[in-house]
Order: sequence, then structure tokens, then C-alpha cells
Amino acid sequence: MLAVKSGKQVEFSPAAMDRAREIISRYPDGKQKSALLPLLHLVQDEFGNWLSVDSMDYIARLLHIQPIEVYEVATFYSMYNMQPVGRFLLEICHTGPCEIRGAEELISTLQNKLLIKVGETSADGMFTLKRVECLAACGYAPMLQCGMHYHEFLDSEEKIDRLLNDLRSKATQNN
Amino acid sequence: MSKKILLDKINIEGIKSFDVYRANGGYASVEKALKMAPNDVIEEVKKSGLRGRGGAGFPTGMKWSFLDKKSGRPKYLVCNADESEPGTFKDRYLMEFIPHLLIEGMIVSSFALEANLSFIYVRGEFRWIIKILEQAIAEAKRAGFLGKNILGTGYDLELVVQTGAGAYICGEETALLESLEGKRGLPRIKPPFPAVVGLYGMPTVVNNVESIAVVPWIVLNSGEEYAKVGTAKSAGTKLISACGNINKPGVYEIELGLPVEEFIFSEEYCGGIANGKRMKAVVAGGSSVPILPTELILKTAAGENRLMSYESLSDGGFATGTMLGSGGFIVYDEDQCIVRNTWNFARFYHHESCGQCSPCREGTGWMERILHSIENGHGKMSDIDLLWDVQRKIEGNTICPLGDAAAWPVASAIRHFREEFEWHVMEPKECMNRNYGLREKSIMSIA
Ligand SMILES: Cc1cc2nc3c(=O)[nH]c(=O)nc-3n(C[C@H](O)[C@H](O)[C@H](O)COP(=O)(O)O)c2cc1C
Ligand code: SF4
Repeated sequence: MLAVKSGKQVEFSPAAMDRAREIISRYPDGKQKSALLPLLHLVQDEFGNWLSVDSMDYIARLLHIQPIEVYEVATFYSMYNMQPVGRFLLEICHTGPCEIRGAEELISTLQNKLLIKVGETSADGMFTLKRVECLAACGYAPMLQCGMHYHEFLDSEEKIDRLLNDLRSKATQNN
Repeated sequence: MSKKILLDKINIEGIKSFDVYRANGGYASVEKALKMAPNDVIEEVKKSGLRGRGGAGFPTGMKWSFLDKKSGRPKYLVCNADESEPGTFKDRYLMEFIPHLLIEGMIVSSFALEANLSFIYVRGEFRWIIKILEQAIAEAKRAGFLGKNILGTGYDLELVVQTGAGAYICGEETALLESLEGKRGLPRIKPPFPAVVGLYGMPTVVNNVESIAVVPWIVLNSGEEYAKVGTAKSAGTKLISACGNINKPGVYEIELGLPVEEFIFSEEYCGGIANGKRMKAVVAGGSSVPILPTELILKTAAGENRLMSYESLSDGGFATGTMLGSGGFIVYDEDQCIVRNTWNFARFYHHESCGQCSPCREGTGWMERILHSIENGHGKMSDIDLLWDVQRKIEGNTICPLGDAAAWPVASAIRHFREEFEWHVMEPKECMNRNYGLREKSIMSIA
């Protein structure tokens, strides 16, 4: 996937900058590049859960490394989104143990309810569906991750409806 | 009830917090160890017979004694909390419900290794666990168990929680170190081993969460006491994360040497097969280890009861045995399709291959495509032999063991379930209906 320019000026808020400085200070002198993965997570938390070229260039300047060192890392790891995603990114595990406990049923139910396919974002910008490999929740399958949380045992339509409704009301509360 | 070493305090109300953990004997091993010589702590761990719980089962004390302390360079301890092997979800359980046990283990182990900066590399998806660990570290620091001059002994230690970002390969120890240095997770060629050239080029020990978490018990109770638990070659207890078509999926601490049959069918553990179905197969130690049909997981080829131990599970080699691995225990009932599961795992390894070695990069892709075509009714009989050939050419020909890990599930599935692959080629419709030709002998109902 090609990275996209956001066209926006990227700069951490003072609070995020404090957090960034604290992260950078964890490593021995001269080893500040170790902060790269945590800082890219911080960028996603601050700027809509994806990495634009501008934001990656910003991190390169912050760590005094070449932009390419950021791009190669950003595209290697599956948690970094190279395109904008919806308000809620639903990452469904489809690896063996989840698959034998109904991961494909969970995926098709979500597709039908949200009227989108995996990889797409719903028209209201609320949900994006993504397939991911094993999330270490094999005993609590089928499951998906949304932000901070794992939602496990999603083995019935009622539970899936409840989850989607909870997320929708969370969105309206925060607006 | 069998012996509990890791989970004996898990049900104490509030054990997540420092105060409750401390009031129940927590951090006593730090007080004891810091009065010992670091190398004496290593000796205790050696005597315990503890083998690494991350999958490879390498003796922990021996690994520690390889650490280059003589050159006087900074030494690092890195805890592997990447937990991404399909079927494995045990480290998560420890870190979430008794986080101070890992912190305590990290302090004692870092002291033994004479490290002053140590890392816990946690897979990025475990976002809430990262918070739990950071809070536990802050609490331990306030109480004087971390930071400068711990308990007035002059020993300094900082503990950093590092976040991964979604890559199974970063569980491989040298890829993990690359990732911790802010790079792509590309495994390094060994030797040199991390004990000599590790993080930032310095001597480094990488250990699994569970390996580190048993160290406090060993220090308090002695290596000899630990060695008395379990079997002669498999000392101690092991966390097993059980999943698949069983009644009670979850994380269990077992004494090594427990019969496999008891683990699967007793109420204390898995509680038998769900929905009254019969058992078909088991992957006993995470997706990378060979799958075994029911008759071979319950009994060895020689007819002895198979036990949950390193030596019993590997009895018979890969012809009829498997491995304890990470303790990710996946049970398949009679409705599950071995071809589909093998394809699923092949897709996983293809997705997760870092791409450095052509046998792994290309071979995993080939296996995925061939299996996908068989699974979807487009396979030929010759594809089964081709599949066998491809996996043979990956095994042993790569930089890191991910190549082997990708080959073994395919090899074992063909070895033990060849008829099922043939059935899929001949009866493509049946295959797509998930209704398969089952060998009666591989199904046992245990009433
Ligand atoms: C592809 C691959 C993935 C691995 N994933 C993990 C993992 O998630 N957690 C882990 O502790 N060890 C993992 N390992 C094993 C580590 O390389 C290493 O052996 C282990 O962390 C050492 O700790 P131990 O001796 O305490 O088991 C993995 C190995 C390979 C080849
Ligand atoms: S075996 Fe596979 S994952 Fe390991 S280094 Fe080679 S290409 Fe990368």
C-alpha cells in the first residue's frame, strides 16, 4: 500500500510532545531510534489512527533519522495503517483457532450489517473492517480488536449488534 | 489439584495491585536475591532444570551462564512478551492478572545477569496490558524495588515496557532485538548469539514471560525444590493455553508429566470435547508443532500414555510425535477440516515471513497457494507430493526457525491425514461443504 499525504501540518500537541520526550528518554544515549515504534503508535493515537507521509517525516525529524528509516518500519508492521481508516477499526482475527470457532461467520455478519467488505470503510466513516492474524485470544474466539480493547466470544448476532450499538453511542457521546 | 507455582495467588482479591501482592509475600525474592552473589542466583536457576517456556525449551540457567560478563560491556535482559504463536495466550494471562510476578522476576533476573536496563517487549496489540505493566512498574519504583540503589544495596535497575506493532516474526529473539532498536523485524544470522552480541551489540539474554515469572519461586524455594516438581527431564509446571473445540478453553497451570488424556477430558482442565463431538486431532504446542491424530496424541507409537512433558510429547520424533512448544494447545473435533486448517496456517506463515530467505519467502507462498487450490476443489493428486516437496525444501534452509515452523504443520498434516488431502482432490464438493472423509481410527469417543 502506498502512503498518502495528509496535506495537514503535523505537530504534536504539548501533552503529546511531553509523552514523546518521555519515550525518547528511555533508551541509552545514541539509541533514540528505539523510540520509533512507540512514537508511530503515538502518531496514530493523535492523528486519526493512520500514518501520513507528513507524519512519518515529522517523526524522522524528531528522531534525527532519515525518512526512509521510518517508511520501511511503518510498512513492515501490520498495526500501522498506511491509509485513513474509519472512526472504529474492527480488526478480526482469522487465524486457525479463531477460524474453527466461527471467525468467518463473524466477518460475514459484520460485512452484512455494515454493508462493506473487509478493507472498506462504512459510508458514515464510522467503521473499517480489517482481517488480522492471531491476536492471542484463541480460547476466547471468535473475537476482534477495536482500539484499546479486545471483544471476545462474539459468537452470536445479538453480541455483535450490541458491540456495534455500543460503539455508535460512544461516538455520539464524544461528539 | 496439582501443584501451582505461577498461579497459586491468582485468585487473591486485588492481587494486581502492589500492596496486595506485597502483603501476600510478593517481592520477597528480591530481598533474598539482592543479598546473594549474582552468579549464585544463576546457579539456583541452573539447578532448577527450568527450560525456556517460549517454545524452544532451552535450559534457562545455561543460557544465562553464556552471557558475556567478562568484557565489562553493558548487559541487557529482554523479556519476550510478543506472544503471537497461534494457540498461545498464556503470557497475556500472567501479565494481565498478576503483573507484579513478572516485574519481580525481571528484577531478580536482571540482578543475576548484572543488567541495569531491562526491557519487556510486549506485542503492540496488548494495549491494556502495556498500561497494566507500566502502572505496576511505577508502583514497584515508588516502593523502592526499582530505580537507583534498590533496597539500599547499591544495585540500580530501570525497566522499560517496549511496544511492538504487529509482526509474528518479532517473537523470534533476534528479530525482537532488531525491532527494539527501531528497525524492521528481520532475524539476524546466528552466531553470534545474543549472549555475546545482542541489543545494541551488547551481551543480551532474551527470555519468555513465563520463564522469568518462575524465577522468584526458584530463588525463594531453591532450584532443588523446583527440580522435584514435574518429571526428570521436564522440571516444574507449565502454563498451557487450551483452545479449539473443547468445553473449557482457558489457561491452566499443569505439573509437567500430566497425562494428555487427563488434560483434555478431566473437569479440572479442558472438560472434554464441546457439543458431544468426538476428538479428531491436536496441535499440542502452538501452530508450529506437528499436528497429531487422536490415537497418537493420547498414546505414543509404543502404546504408552502420552504425557504433557518435553520428552513424552516428542517421543517418536516427527514420525509419530510432536513438541511441547509454547504450550498453545489446540483441539480439533470431528467436524474440522485438516486441509482447511493447514491452508489457514500456511497463509499465516506466508503473511508473517519477513522475506529475507527465498525458501521461506517463496515456499510459504507456494504452500499457501497449493493448499488454497486443494481446499477449494481445484487440486490435483500431484499437488500433494508437490506440497511435500516444497516443505522439505524450506526446512533447515533458512536464517531463522520460522521456515521450519511453516514446514512442520504441512508435513505432519500430510503424514497423518494424507487420505483427507486425497479426498479433497477427488470430492471437491464435499470438501467445500466441510463434510469430510474421516478415518474411523483417528476418532475416539471417550464416554
Ligand atoms: C517465528 C518465531 C516466533 C517466536 N515467538 C515467540 C513469542 O511470541 N514468545 C516467546 O517467548 N518466544 C518466541 N519465540 C522463541 C524465541 O526466539 C526465544 O527462543 C525465546 O523467547 C527464548 O525465551 P525462553 O528461553 O525463555 O523460552 C519465537 C521463535 C520464532 C522462531
Ligand atoms: S526463515 Fe523466513 S522469517 Fe526467518 S529470516 Fe528467513 S525469511 Fe525471515
